[in-house]
Amino acid sequence: MSQSKIEILKSKIRSYWPLIKSLQTGLLVATGLAGYMSARCPVFNLGTMVGLFVSLMAAISGSTILNMWWDRDIDAKMCRTQKRPLASGAIDPTEALRVGLALATLGVALAVAMDALYGLIIFAGLFFDVVIYSMWLKRRTCWGIIWGGISGGMPILAGRALGLGSLDWIGALLALGILFWIPTHILTFSMRYFNDYKAAGVPTFPSTYGFAVTRATIAISSIFAALAMGWAAWGIGMEIGYLRVLFVLSSGLLALALASVFQPTERVNFGLFKYASLYMLAAMLLLMV
Amino acid sequence: MKMTISDRILLLLTGLLAAWQVAIGIDHLDTLPVIAYTLGFGVLLVAGLLLIILGFEILDSPTVVIVSTLIPLSLALGLAWQYLEAYRTLYLIFTLGGFLAVTLTRLIPTPGKLPVFTLAFVHGVAGLTIFLLPLILTTNGTTRPGFALVGLGGALIGLGGLLLSFLKAGKPILSRETIFKILPGLLLFMTTAFVAGFLFG
Repeated sequence: MSQSKIEILKSKIRSYWPLIKSLQTGLLVATGLAGYMSARCPVFNLGTMVGLFVSLMAAISGSTILNMWWDRDIDAKMCRTQKRPLASGAIDPTEALRVGLALATLGVALAVAMDALYGLIIFAGLFFDVVIYSMWLKRRTCWGIIWGGISGGMPILAGRALGLGSLDWIGALLALGILFWIPTHILTFSMRYFNDYKAAGVPTFPSTYGFAVTRATIAISSIFAALAMGWAAWGIGMEIGYLRVLFVLSSGLLALALASVFQPTERVNFGLFKYASLYMLAAMLLLMV
Repeated sequence: MKMTISDRILLLLTGLLAAWQVAIGIDHLDTLPVIAYTLGFGVLLVAGLLLIILGFEILDSPTVVIVSTLIPLSLALGLAWQYLEAYRTLYLIFTLGGFLAVTLTRLIPTPGKLPVFTLAFVHGVAGLTIFLLPLILTTNGTTRPGFALVGLGGALIGLGGLLLSFLKAGKPILSRETIFKILPGLLLFMTTAFVAGFLFG
């Protein structure tokens, strides 16, 4: 490959990197790996782990690019997102659509080749996220996040199904834990960027039901997320010491959620948003141990 | 005051050490010490994470005084339950009563110096227990020499508590900037002393 082609490729990767939301994608991939390892720990099959990582990374990145492609008009109206490559016009939308479709297809195809059930769940997650959530519901109702949450729970369910070869109640609980965690994450975000979403005409919980109801929803969903993760961890047979750590981290999540209800401030809200991400990452690491 | 990268790393290490202690370091103990140490080190773990996320400004919150009382109280209760069998019930009552008293005097407007006196008394007794008990146990040969490090942790927690309490009372021993500059290191040093003390004691 000539020097100029390498430079072009480097430049493309640099411009596409923000499109895949690396932190969010990384966290979702981590949930998939945790789901697999919760069924197959200790893991000896490096090939399967690499396949799992690549298929999830490709499918989730593809899904994220397709979402950004679809939402580029509303992203352009929001201060927080108007500098995104598609919203700002830095990347050609047709090219982004092709890349998104190619990555999504690669991810699903690899997943199906590894295991049909695993592939089906990955496809379902992608379909719920792009078609049901982004294309259909996001601009119509604030309840669309439920579908965003369901799709967010698919990687961990898929990972566990790949490890077991079937679905089980623990996988469902893990997915439920993610589903309940999503409101803590997204609703906190939609309160912080309330005006942005309003300007773009995207219905959110705060704009539909008000801040107090949104905060109460976050607190309740945090409780359910912590309960689901704890129950699943117990079902997996997590050692008592790690269960204690999970309990401590869950208590921190609940304390912050309650603080956001009774002493709401911008700082507490954003702290909850960040802590929720950290909580999920830590929970996944504990599942992997 | 803005938190630096090194502050964040020190706090993360504090959190990881506390998490290790909760996960592995207390497995062999009775139920009540396990609960007490989980509470104490758990508060340290969550506090470390919240400091990283929210910055030093979180220390301005009035609830910090109440929550931070849990650390010395629960660690002292764990030690008393393990090594002072004759005083178990008494210390449990002191712990619960002390925490309740600190909470009530902070939440309900109370005249005079009762809130400060209550805080000083509860912290003082708990702090002295954590500081002196390991030293006595080590000196009389009940525990291995390494257990004295728990006492060092007790001294450090006392120092940190004093610095923060006087700062919040408006009569700082050191400037706010200096306290926040040394706090992450102090927390890590303190947690390391506790964890090492329990491990080698």
